[in-house]
Amino acid sequence: MVPDKNGYFGGFGGKFMPETLMFAVQTLERVYHKFIQDKEFRKELNFYLNTYAGRPTPLYFAPNLSKKLKIKIYLKREDLCHTGSHKINNALGQILLAKKIGKRRIIAETGAGQHGVAVATVSALFGMKCAIYMGTEDIKRQRLNVYRMKLLGAEVVPVESGTRTLKDAINEALRDWVTNVQTTHYLLGSCLGPHPYPVMVRDFQSVIGREAKTQFLKIERKLPDYLVACVGGGSNAIGLFSPFYLDKSVRFVGVEAGGCGLNTGFHSATLEKGKPGILHGTKSYVLQDKKGQILSTHSVSAGLDYPGAGPEHSFYKDTGRAVYVSVTDKEALEGFRTLSETEGIIPALESSHAVAYLKKIPKHKTVIVCLSGRGDKDMEQAVKYIKINE
Amino acid sequence: MNKLQKLLVESKSLNRKLLSIFLTAGFPNPQTFDKVLLDTAAYADIIELGVPFSDPVADGPTIQYSSQKAIEKGVSLHDVLSMLKNFRKKSSVPVVIMSYSNPVYRYGVERFFREASSAGLDGIILPDVPYEERCPYISAARKYEISYIPIVSLTTSLNRAVDISGTSTGFVYVTAVTGVTGVRKSVSRTLPCFLKDLKSRSNKPIFVGFGISSREHIIGLKNFCDGFIVGSAVIEVIRRGKNISKFLENLRSGL
Ligand SMILES: Cc1ncc(COP(=O)(O)O)c(C=O)c1O
Repeated sequence: MVPDKNGYFGGFGGKFMPETLMFAVQTLERVYHKFIQDKEFRKELNFYLNTYAGRPTPLYFAPNLSKKLKIKIYLKREDLCHTGSHKINNALGQILLAKKIGKRRIIAETGAGQHGVAVATVSALFGMKCAIYMGTEDIKRQRLNVYRMKLLGAEVVPVESGTRTLKDAINEALRDWVTNVQTTHYLLGSCLGPHPYPVMVRDFQSVIGREAKTQFLKIERKLPDYLVACVGGGSNAIGLFSPFYLDKSVRFVGVEAGGCGLNTGFHSATLEKGKPGILHGTKSYVLQDKKGQILSTHSVSAGLDYPGAGPEHSFYKDTGRAVYVSVTDKEALEGFRTLSETEGIIPALESSHAVAYLKKIPKHKTVIVCLSGRGDKDMEQAVKYIKINE
Repeated sequence: MNKLQKLLVESKSLNRKLLSIFLTAGFPNPQTFDKVLLDTAAYADIIELGVPFSDPVADGPTIQYSSQKAIEKGVSLHDVLSMLKNFRKKSSVPVVIMSYSNPVYRYGVERFFREASSAGLDGIILPDVPYEERCPYISAARKYEISYIPIVSLTTSLNRAVDISGTSTGFVYVTAVTGVTGVRKSVSRTLPCFLKDLKSRSNKPIFVGFGISSREHIIGLKNFCDGFIVGSAVIEVIRRGKNISKFLENLRSGL
């Protein structure tokens, strides 16, 4: 799916940004269009994806969980990427573009800390100055990642405003960008923000779906029935889904964070419970009140704790190309434990949402699940929530 | 012509500089805000009413704070229109609304402009709606005779600045710093040059805002523009419970 020249997927997208940032957004758009098809750029990016990030990632058939749920489950192992999640795919792509533009400083937001770690990593690799904005609520629950970012030489800037989570980290990153736009690239971590970010991040993440498609066809000699991925902003999901966009028999399921339940007000189920609105530069579904104020969200996983979702997902929702569902904190924690016990793979709490949904897939179907990240970062949270008999 | 457009024409012929004062609607609290408005109107040529929004990405700490306080007290876009309606019973000072796009979008663009016009609104500033996204907002503003006030930044190329100015049906808002709103000691050194260049290619009145905080800023720039917008500095005065009349009088003396 190609957005129109103004960056709209149907009625969603656009560039709602302060004028000060528009020249940077336009420069990025120009550079992105110039290099995304460029053979040399592709070669350079692939070099880093393969030799540094560890691509291609395996498509692993999960025999024990498949047997248990009576469906055929393949895991796309983004958890095996360098730094532990799919976020590195986008971070590498964008930092190479930032270099082409001549930027010397990188800023980013982070929720779970996975995007922050990926950005700190590529900044170290390319010798760029790096500042990561992170809500103090997330700093508390993802302490290990905070330490990793600092170890990699990044400055971690605590964000005290608003709900002290991902949304507010993006606000502060945007304020930094507005102030330092001449020298700084904003390395946004999901398929959000003003055009060209949503399509650019999608393109950098679609390596997930391209690989998975080739791998699945090679093993099964047909297409899968379902693709399942968790949706925070939606980058791992759109990365898996988009290469299958025209394969109408393949159903897309995006799993949002149901938190304490959709009727409690403590959730992050944007595409199910939100209304179209404008947040962080893009028109898309947004969790908001009647007055147009953005609502605070809740999820056990910091990476899904966000009141927006990418414009392309909003378009998929309205056109029915994908369905968006949610699982609760409790179900996600069960998924976290189940995958650990059955397959010996500890997933990130974000990815655990996708795993938890599998029990709702009809029997005997084939499924590719995006295992967007590994759970090492979530051990402190797990200790808190999951009691294990000694 | 609306009240803002009349004022702009008159002051042009008299070569008088104008002062627009930004207030966060409902700050420090909705009950006493009527008085803040009237006190301000005694010194301001134009009043800019800021609609509080939960995620004001173009604003620094001062306006983040005032917006947060107003939201906590329940102030909505609908309330802002009521405040304007009340104000209109007592004053004919031109009023413009500054709002992030989401509250307006959620309210309904057409409905907002219709109701704002009957409440007596003269202009609209949407800080996160750039040139590329202007269409639905400009056409509704035109239909209801509300001036569309676009923002030009120091990072805007001259050609783009000229195009943007062309969309104005009031004044053009030029930001004095590259950054968010907030009190500053000094504004950008390249600003006078930028204003001169823009003036030579656009006949729209040019107002300078963002960072303008003192009489000295005004004196330093008044030969290059037609008016000034002061926001955070006023909000600071209100926040500290100080006398705004004195502060505004001092600002005016620089015009
Ligand atoms: C492992 C993992 N999966 C998923 C997400 C959610 O982001 P997105 O929806 O953009 O893939 C995050 C975000 O931090 C993450 O760390």
